[in-house]
Amino acid sequence: MRVMKLMLKNAFRHMLRTTLTILGISVAVVAFSFLRTVVTAWYAGVEASSPNRLITRNAVSFIFPLPLAYRDQIARLEGVETVTYMNWFQGVYIDKNQFFARMAVDAQTALDVYPEFLVPPDQRDAFLKERNACVVGADLAQQYNFKIGDVIPIEGDIYPGKWEFVVRAIYQPRDKTVDGTQMWFHWQYLDERMRQEMPGRAGEVGWYVIRIKNPADAGRISEQVDALFKNSRAETKTETEAAFQQGFIQGTGLIIQLLNFLSFVIIGIIMLVLGNTMIMSARERTKEYAVLKTLGFSGSHLTALIAGESLMISIMGAALGLFLSYPIVELFSLMVPKSWFPIFYIEPATIVLGATSALVVGIVAALFPIQRALRTSIVEGLRFVG
Amino acid sequence: MGSLIEVRNVSKSYWRDSFEIPVLNNISLSVAEGEFLGLMGPSGSGKTTLLNLIAGIDRPDKGSIVVGGTDITDLSESQLAKWRSNHVGFIFQFYNLIPVLTAFENVELPLLLTSLSKKERRRHVETALSVVGLADRMHHYPKQLSGGQEQRVAIARAIAADPTILVADEPTGDLDKKSAEEILTLLERLNTEFKKTIVMVTHDPRAAERAHVVRHLDKGELQ
Ligand SMILES: Nc1ncnc2c1ncn2[C@@H]1O[C@H](COP(=O)(O)OP(=O)(O)OP(=O)(O)O)[C@@H](O)[C@H]1O
Ligand SMILES: [Mg+2]
Repeated sequence: MRVMKLMLKNAFRHMLRTTLTILGISVAVVAFSFLRTVVTAWYAGVEASSPNRLITRNAVSFIFPLPLAYRDQIARLEGVETVTYMNWFQGVYIDKNQFFARMAVDAQTALDVYPEFLVPPDQRDAFLKERNACVVGADLAQQYNFKIGDVIPIEGDIYPGKWEFVVRAIYQPRDKTVDGTQMWFHWQYLDERMRQEMPGRAGEVGWYVIRIKNPADAGRISEQVDALFKNSRAETKTETEAAFQQGFIQGTGLIIQLLNFLSFVIIGIIMLVLGNTMIMSARERTKEYAVLKTLGFSGSHLTALIAGESLMISIMGAALGLFLSYPIVELFSLMVPKSWFPIFYIEPATIVLGATSALVVGIVAALFPIQRALRTSIVEGLRFVG
Repeated sequence: MGSLIEVRNVSKSYWRDSFEIPVLNNISLSVAEGEFLGLMGPSGSGKTTLLNLIAGIDRPDKGSIVVGGTDITDLSESQLAKWRSNHVGFIFQFYNLIPVLTAFENVELPLLLTSLSKKERRRHVETALSVVGLADRMHHYPKQLSGGQEQRVAIARAIAADPTILVADEPTGDLDKKSAEEILTLLERLNTEFKKTIVMVTHDPRAAERAHVVRHLDKGELQ
């Protein structure tokens, strides 16, 4: 493309204007990728969910328990590999602001059902052996500086009393999509104390997690599980882990939709910023375009010249913005406790979306100036006075 | 010598809103090959309009314009653009150089549309700039040049692709006396030495003196 040199020189004719436009685009792109990352973080649970897992909970509400007795009945169904169960323990560690997931689990089966929690074999054994042992995620360990052998004291609320757990294992999340901020301890330890202190609550299970052999059987098995307990004291509702997670974030859906929407408003703003710059530039050059046409340059030359300039600015802005997004998202995730957004990283999809939007914006912003340059006759263009 | 440019019964009006401004009225004119024609006339008489028609950057409402055997009123927009790049060198009153390009790059512009290699283009540009006496200003930007020098760069740009005709619209209109003399001398040289056919619009009687033939345009009619 022989008009390349002119295109480059045109782009930086107004150094300040072009620089501000590029910065404007990059700030918007940072905001875009940041918002997308927050949205992604929210949906992380859904995306990380395994198609091999079903969740069975009380049909009335997630907060009502199920009897432990259901376990064996579920386990007998065709296609079920492992059944595990857990309770939401909650409690207060230090103060109410220290939030992370604390759960009572059936240790042996839970680790089988969640293979994405990687525990070294010796730590796994140590955890399984000790009644009041717990396993914590590597990110959580880092946040609170937990080490093997540390005691974590927790003031119970759902399950009142003073509780102490000994860290015997630290799990590594298998990849970035896995939550590394959970704390698990033995369900049996919880149940033992309930049996002594509040016998009415013994044998209560928060929900079951069923690992199935074949994801294709999810629908059939879910129906069979729920059929088993139809008309019983505690009816169940079984769904895939993804559907379950989706239900969880439904309550916050509006905010997320708003963020989602905002991230696309930002794209619109970029378009206006660049569109404005391109319209101003192209207008100032009306006479030059007429001169180029006089010399014999064609409409496609002018199109390449204007679109190229617009694309160059948008690509530079987007590249700078995406490049800056990494340290900014990183900084944010360092400043905010890991357990608030356990999964917080820039997804490749965000980068692709950002880059594609920049290309689209670059082209769209050039459309009006191109149309104007092509439509203006040479004679009109030569007579043009700013 | 045969005639290179044949303007036959050309009329042209401009429209402002729904109201017609007749500019040229049934004009016929022929320019011989190698001629240096001066077009004079009061402001608003249609000189620029006629020149634009001959240069193929505007179209007549009626009549035909034949240049070197080609009826340019028959050409499509893109054929016309190609024709201009091969056959016309345009010199404007206000030079109309591209400010972000150096003298060299401005002169190179019309050559970008040819199939010349980079090296050949360089030779053409250098030749054109030395013809106008600015070989030493090759890498200057327009704003680093005087008006007379800018106009010389513009002339170099007009001749770089070796066009059939040169059209100049008041090429000395914006220049002081001395620079104007230089430009006129240069045009004269292009006419005699390089055999360029030139059509020049001017207000300036001294400029008209340099032309072989002077035609007067008044109220859209040639005298
Ligand atoms: N694009 C246009 N739209 C409308 N009217 C125009 C246009 N171009 C020229 N005119 C009108 O046509 C008439 C002739 O214009 P033209 O520019 O050809 O005159 P001119 O002889 O070159 O004048 P000057 O010596 O002032 O340059 C003028 O009345 C002008 O206002
Ligand atoms: Mg004029």
